[in-house]
Amino acid sequence: MLKTLRQIGSIGIVSEPPPDADEGLRVRESLNERIRTVLGRALCIRHVDAGSCNGCELEIHALNNPLYNLEGLGIRFVASPRHADLLLVTGPVSRHMEVALRRTYEATPDPKLVVAVGECGCTGGIFGESYASCGRVSNVIPVDAAVPGCPPSPTRILQGILAALSTGRR
Amino acid sequence: MALEWQERGEPVPGAPRVLGAGLSPERWRSAALDIAAAGGRLVALWAGGEERAGPRIHAAFLVEGAGWVLSLPLTDSDSSYPGLEDLFPAAGRMQRAIADLTGLYSTGADVRPWLRHAAWPPNYRPLIDSPLGACEAKAVLDSYDFVRVEGDGVHEIAVGPVHAGTIEPGHFRFSVVGEKVLRLEERLGYVHKGIEQRFTQLPILEGHRLAARVSGDSAVAFSWAYCQALEGIAETEIASRAAWLRALYLETERVANHLGDLGALGNDAGFAFGLAQFSRLKEQLLRASGLALGARYLMDAIVPGGTRADLTASDARELSRCVREIANEAVALREIYDEHEGLRDRFNGAGAVSPTLAARLGLTGLAGRASGQAFDLRIDLPCQPYGEMTPLKIGSGEGDVAARVAVRFDELQESCRLIQEITGSLPAGAHQRRVGSPALGVLGMGLIEGWRGPVLIALEAGPGGTIHRCHPHDPSWQNWPVLEHAIIDNIVPDFPLINKSFNLSYSGHDL
Repeated sequence: MLKTLRQIGSIGIVSEPPPDADEGLRVRESLNERIRTVLGRALCIRHVDAGSCNGCELEIHALNNPLYNLEGLGIRFVASPRHADLLLVTGPVSRHMEVALRRTYEATPDPKLVVAVGECGCTGGIFGESYASCGRVSNVIPVDAAVPGCPPSPTRILQGILAALSTGRR
Repeated sequence: MALEWQERGEPVPGAPRVLGAGLSPERWRSAALDIAAAGGRLVALWAGGEERAGPRIHAAFLVEGAGWVLSLPLTDSDSSYPGLEDLFPAAGRMQRAIADLTGLYSTGADVRPWLRHAAWPPNYRPLIDSPLGACEAKAVLDSYDFVRVEGDGVHEIAVGPVHAGTIEPGHFRFSVVGEKVLRLEERLGYVHKGIEQRFTQLPILEGHRLAARVSGDSAVAFSWAYCQALEGIAETEIASRAAWLRALYLETERVANHLGDLGALGNDAGFAFGLAQFSRLKEQLLRASGLALGARYLMDAIVPGGTRADLTASDARELSRCVREIANEAVALREIYDEHEGLRDRFNGAGAVSPTLAARLGLTGLAGRASGQAFDLRIDLPCQPYGEMTPLKIGSGEGDVAARVAVRFDELQESCRLIQEITGSLPAGAHQRRVGSPALGVLGMGLIEGWRGPVLIALEAGPGGTIHRCHPHDPSWQNWPVLEHAIIDNIVPDFPLINKSFNLSYSGHDL
């Protein structure tokens, strides 16, 4: 116990200030300004892997490490779409995940936001469209912000999440 | 004494010490029996073959310090080929996947589709027929015949495909009494995105990019295996410096994954401190990797003929310093883990796989080493530069969550040591060479010990710089079925912890 406390004390607080929203990542204006203001930054996110290689997931995990400290911003990941304000979707949408993704979207209460994460989520990436892949996320559900990168860094993902929420004008 | 089929062995280009032999159906079965009797291990089973020569079934084995690729030409593709699932249980799902992708059926009793749900019709063969248009058919849900457990008080819990955390999708069907698990049946294939068909549409010099994205956490292992296979059939020997840089990337990938898992395992046992500390160390490593190696995750660092970038002496020193710091901190954190009663209570005895069961089911890689299966390609079948280093073989015989945690701690230290060794003795010279033109009709083999276990790439070139066939194999194929055994008689709430202790790939398996 003493060693644990000593470790916590010696490391101290390592969290860094968050980046600003990158308005350039927003692709759609689905919520009016008033709702965005009400949502503010107290946000619940449901992550959906719709066919990813698991690379983007590793960087989404990193958002919860003490340096990015996402929960410190009032943003947290929840276990059910019914509790979520925003869906964070990765991967080209595999045909086998198409129904699950649509159902998750429908189960998320309005008003809701969708952020597509990664090159595959934005364009279909190297997998493209085929007998097994529907390609980009917006081929299946509406997308509010899209964060390219393979995988995008945690900072870029956070900028995309904040852009979806932001009341700023592009 | 060499057996009859062994005498026909000819070297397979790519990975070192791999031999290949073409066999008739009768010899195919008897050779597999010989290998099973000698304690050999099935690495992968897939369908390939030239259009002219007709389809072939390939099986890769590790037996007595050598790799073997046995090929079975199919003269009549309408009749079924002899299955191997009675000798190597992991073959069962691989044979079902072959049927889904090529329409070639084995004699195995389980004829349920495995990778195919409802995305394409049963008469469409993705690896043989011409590509279908995207998303035209209406998405439907299909049904799957799970094995039902009956009896007083037995009920089912269905989980997934969308899980509660930030993890990949798959379905688990538990049959339980109270909170004790009687049976777990997995259903995978949700992230099947047509990787093997996609390979055939890429230039052979671009294929490493798709290989790196078979399973994002093993990008280095897969892209190295791909390049090893390609360089084999193109008779290109990479520079010594390139080989050492590749090993540096591979060990960095291993350390990053082990740090992530050690934190997550603490967290799944209710010790959030562990997640905070290890995820901080992982972030330090990723940032150092970004600065020294050009990316946090090394998706495109390995290219045919060598590596994309070189490493300066000062970047090498900086990475080495960061890794030394991480290794020291991990020693202190291990003491905390070892002394923590709550962790001991959750880790010890949970999800145990005995060495006997592990050998019978073919448990491989990191999880295998935690259950007495002391195999590591870096030591048993070393490619350059591992032949010039002496990686320590890590292992345990306990086979429980605690053993899989301990193996990760030990491998973390060993990989940190290897990184110091590599950065301290990088040979001079070029980091990239031109790749020759690949031979047609020749199977090239890539075999690399990724952090999860042995990763295989089987590559055949097509005319004009294309890929005729590329089969990637992740060790998760072997280990997913063993997870179904590891959970038996454990309680449902321990499943996330036991599952995490294996940390298997969905994407690498579903392809």
